[in-house]
Amino acid sequence: MAEYAIKPPTADLPTGLIRGWKRYSILPGFPLAMGWTLSWLGLIVLLPLSALIIRPWELGVGGVWATLVDPRVAAALRLSFGAAALAALVNAPLGLLVAWTLTRYEFPGRRTVDALVDLPFALPTAVAGIALTAIYSPNGPLGAMFAKIGIKTAYSPVGVFIALLFIGLPFVVRTVQPVLQDLDREVEEAAHTLGATDFQRFRYVVLPAVAPALLSGVSLAFARGVGEYGSVIFIAGNMPLKSEIAPLLIVIKLEQYDYAGAAAVGLAMLVISFGTLLAVNAAQVFLARRGRA
Amino acid sequence: MNFQPIDETSPDQLALEIKGVSKAYSRFPALNNVSLQARDKEFLALLGPSGSGKTTLLRVLAGLEKPDAGEVRFGGEDFLALPVRRRRVGMVFQHYALFRHMTVAQNIAFGLTVRPASERPAKSEIDDRVAKLLALVQLDALGGRFPSQLSGGQRQRVALARALAIEPRMLLLDEPFGALDAQVRRELRRWLRELHDQAGVTTVFVTHDQEEALDLADRVAILKDGELVQIGTPNEVYDNPATPFVFDFLGPSCRIPGVVDSGQLRVADWESAAAPGAPTGAVELFFRPDEVAFAPADGLGLPMHVQGFAQRGPDVRIDCRIGDQAFELQCRGDDLPPGVSVGSEARVRPMRPQVYAA
Repeated sequence: MAEYAIKPPTADLPTGLIRGWKRYSILPGFPLAMGWTLSWLGLIVLLPLSALIIRPWELGVGGVWATLVDPRVAAALRLSFGAAALAALVNAPLGLLVAWTLTRYEFPGRRTVDALVDLPFALPTAVAGIALTAIYSPNGPLGAMFAKIGIKTAYSPVGVFIALLFIGLPFVVRTVQPVLQDLDREVEEAAHTLGATDFQRFRYVVLPAVAPALLSGVSLAFARGVGEYGSVIFIAGNMPLKSEIAPLLIVIKLEQYDYAGAAAVGLAMLVISFGTLLAVNAAQVFLARRGRA
Repeated sequence: MNFQPIDETSPDQLALEIKGVSKAYSRFPALNNVSLQARDKEFLALLGPSGSGKTTLLRVLAGLEKPDAGEVRFGGEDFLALPVRRRRVGMVFQHYALFRHMTVAQNIAFGLTVRPASERPAKSEIDDRVAKLLALVQLDALGGRFPSQLSGGQRQRVALARALAIEPRMLLLDEPFGALDAQVRRELRRWLRELHDQAGVTTVFVTHDQEEALDLADRVAILKDGELVQIGTPNEVYDNPATPFVFDFLGPSCRIPGVVDSGQLRVADWESAAAPGAPTGAVELFFRPDEVAFAPADGLGLPMHVQGFAQRGPDVRIDCRIGDQAFELQCRGDDLPPGVSVGSEARVRPMRPQVYAA
């Protein structure tokens, strides 16, 4: 048997900016495209954010610190990030299940269900908030049910969690769905003939293939949940130290003309979010590179 | 590799029995009452054009499709009652179907590592077997690679090693070389046959390439529109195609209408003794364009009008008309009778014609 040309291990794969900098590409227009990308990002994203970064420091380092360790601010940050993370994590298996059902099974009304998934995207968030509140408030149908078993849904952190669950679902479904759709059925069949059980096929064949997409869906849902405002403030009840979310606290500080304080909270959110997204991105690169290295 | 040695005492032992298998997708039948058998350690090719049901039949054997009717037995056991993962068949797909997030070694070990703890070999034994299989498919050094780092031919060899790892009772190959280029395909073909002889596993091989089937298999089963048309050794089916379809499918063919009357075959003004058992009445005569003999215009055979030559090395292609039909015949340059030139008349006699009722 002849040896076929084997590509050398692609150690020169661009892993960072520097190594990918000067690679020859057949695609024209790199300087122009890159220039536009950077100036656009700078104008639209970095410029406003830099204002946010500069603003709080008029309080001085001590002032910023004092703002952030204020129990009310700390509680709000904890709630915003905690509820967003929890909702995103719960949405991971459920969103995967919804995407699985929509891609793997043929059933009447599949397209309608598929369209329903997008509703949380399309609805103005305030409308969603009012609808959720109506259902989960103590005299709403679901709220009353939960109240019977001693769970207060609306006007509590649970309400925040529910709203973020609602808002985050389409992010997970829509990122996972195309990957599931493109999954080669023969690969699963191969695993099946090799003796893998249903669970093993899911665990060792399907899950690794959708993991990068699932992770990016979860991180999108998380990012959206952290910043979500409209749908949450109605159902949350907004009790300081209990069910008050950080974005609302920023609005309150703005209304009190405490611009620097609002910016300080904003900066804290920015730093935490950016750190989280970076970590998720790194994990995703790691997952996606397995098998493509 | 721990394959059972070939049992010399009963080489004709029946392994696979397929009886009356039918399968329809919505209303379109994919398999219609197909019955065939394979002997133990036989290499059987399922040959047919696309849509002939050959892949469906293979998937029925693997358990990936459930037939509407019929019976499949393997080694006397009811195969249809067995779930896919208990059949222990090694399946190889056209597009490799490798696990891309696993290394080559992990791919090959997969069938062993997913076994329940009580049946799973020890880790060292698995590693050992993977190493042997890697050597068998000549990829010793590539166990740590990912499938995306391999060429198509290498990937298919990994897929084969993965299928062999579970010591399959039967090897099923679904157009395994279909996605490879011609040269790699020919090399892998030889190699697959050697591997089969070495491993001694009953093998069912699906292809639409008649050359591949005739070259590789012990017996060839030809399917058309979900039905088994003919089964036999490559020589049997090539020399005695059961139907015009088989004749046509197995190689280039020429057809010309004629009549069989009281044991005489008459085509144009040429008469010859009809083969025993030939149908009477209007017939169609089939022959291979390279199985012909030429004669001068006053000799024996079909009258032909030569319209052109094309020479490639020692082979000559002759464009000609017989009656009002155009033909392209093949021969060696030295077999051409002298005096045959463009525009001349000559005679041509099919050497091994087949006669089918028209």
